[in-house]
Amino acid sequence: MNTVTLPKAKQQSDADMQKSPKCAPAWRAPLIALVLGTAACLFLPDQVGLLTRIFIIALLVLSLDLVVGVAGLATLGHAAMFGVGAYAAGIFALHVMPDPLVGLAVGVAAGTLLAGLSGAFLLRYQGFTFLMLTVAVAQIVLSLAHKARDWTGGDDGLSGYIMGPLFGKFEFDLEGKLAAYYALGVLVIFFYIARRLVDSPFGLAVRGIHENRARMAALGTPVYKRLWSMYAIAGAFAGAAGALSAQTTAVVGLDSLSFSLSAEVLVMLILGGVGRLSGALIGATVFLLLHHTASSINPYHWLFVVGGLLMLVVLAPPAKYFKRLLVHVGISK
Amino acid sequence: MVTLSNILIDGLAYGMVLFVIAVGLSVTLGLMRFVNLSHGAFAMVGGYCAALLTRELQWSFWVAVPTAIAVTGLLGAVLEALVLRHLYKRKELDQVLFTIGLTFVLIAATNALVGPQVQLIQLPPLLAGSIDLGFRTMPAQRILVIGVGIVVAVAAALTVTKTRFGVWLRAAVDHAGTASSLGIPIRVVQCVTFAAGAAMAGLGGVLGAEVMPLEPYYALKYLVLVLVVVAVGGMGSIAGSLCAAILLGLIETSSKYLASDWGSLFFFAAMAVFLAWRPNGILKR
Repeated sequence: MNTVTLPKAKQQSDADMQKSPKCAPAWRAPLIALVLGTAACLFLPDQVGLLTRIFIIALLVLSLDLVVGVAGLATLGHAAMFGVGAYAAGIFALHVMPDPLVGLAVGVAAGTLLAGLSGAFLLRYQGFTFLMLTVAVAQIVLSLAHKARDWTGGDDGLSGYIMGPLFGKFEFDLEGKLAAYYALGVLVIFFYIARRLVDSPFGLAVRGIHENRARMAALGTPVYKRLWSMYAIAGAFAGAAGALSAQTTAVVGLDSLSFSLSAEVLVMLILGGVGRLSGALIGATVFLLLHHTASSINPYHWLFVVGGLLMLVVLAPPAKYFKRLLVHVGISK
Repeated sequence: MVTLSNILIDGLAYGMVLFVIAVGLSVTLGLMRFVNLSHGAFAMVGGYCAALLTRELQWSFWVAVPTAIAVTGLLGAVLEALVLRHLYKRKELDQVLFTIGLTFVLIAATNALVGPQVQLIQLPPLLAGSIDLGFRTMPAQRILVIGVGIVVAVAAALTVTKTRFGVWLRAAVDHAGTASSLGIPIRVVQCVTFAAGAAMAGLGGVLGAEVMPLEPYYALKYLVLVLVVVAVGGMGSIAGSLCAAILLGLIETSSKYLASDWGSLFFFAAMAVFLAWRPNGILKR
């Protein structure tokens, strides 16, 4: 079977190569995101709060996509890295210095550290055991944050810090316009990094591990090390998202570590499409817009909408129908 | 000394509640390979049925509880026959997504129909009091919970290992095609197993109403606990689930008594240790 199909596939890929490069350039999707985000900020100036939230959560979902979509590790504890990044940035702003960019770096470092430490333990396990252990790690971090009241404020949340000006020049305004552009800028930069990362030899190796662990091990790829690096990088992304959230809202609550946040971002990712990075941004946008509209009508009806949507996505996968639509219109075959 | 025995009794009762809810999930997850995250919602439906029947319709507790269990089982059977059976062959992620969506819809429906307040199940006088066991008195409700837990564990283990139905179930799980060509009605077996798991969850919802208050978010709140029990016990292992549920129940209760400001830290730390030690289940080497 293989021997028959292989030459054919090769010919086809050669033909593709001659026609056009197969990969889109890494800067294209981030640029589109930047243009769309800026346009949204310009045309909806009274919704910048919602837009900022979308940019931040999109970055978190992007980070989750690196773990779930690229590395193929199903996790339900991703909020841990987000929350740790948020608390680190908040505490840093409160006690050390209010500069946002240094705070962002602190958040990134905290996320990386937690992901690196927990990943070293978690990645020894696979499948359902891994999934449940990620839940355990997130819940342990949540309990610790709850207990360390002096540092985190416990149930009351961490607040009372004021961010300094961005680059030492631009003050954060009350409307939150600068916050929105700041979040968008960080999202776009990290989106570009993620694209480059996924298309790099390292990203290819991780994707290979996702498809077949045994084969990649046989090829000589250090499976554990590659997965661990990817997990730590995803932790850095999630920490950045957490730091952004702490800096733009000026408050960090225990809900940033909660199980429901982990579950919600997973839902967003699957809604937008797993493993394609841009799906993460689309999923976060669609989910949060739906949430915003439906919950402003009635907080419980919102659950009807999202629950129904989830069931619908499974019964009629959007990617499949979108492809069929494209074929029908004649754009693709 | 009194604290210690209180911890033992409450922990055992809590563990039994966890076990009764988790056993159905363990069977669907381990034997039927179906990730059913709406299992917590079944427990909620059972608890709500019992609460509404005893309070609104003034039914006797002893009639209301079997009715609630039957209703939950029926709901499970209908859902399985209509939708869920089409998902058996799908990817795990699809199953997770669909059943989480179903849970959301059930939460919203519960809230729309009954309201967001906590529901109480009125206990009959026999259960509301205490029973003198000679060496000490115990709340009758705890004794009932522990007793029911043991009965469920024994009945489930005997059904799977000793009866004709258990043989059919294991055959249908191992190789559905062969089992069905041997004349085993695999659709009926799957449907009945799923419904029985749902009914057990409903029973657990009723029994545990005191420790896990019934409110619309019940379905999600306690789902994690149940999943932890299934993971630690090993999927599909009834004895493992029982062990895990009792151990974790004791740990959670003692941490609530002795170190309540640490939250669920010890519960999840214990879970991580157990899973790291025996990733495939506490009784499997």
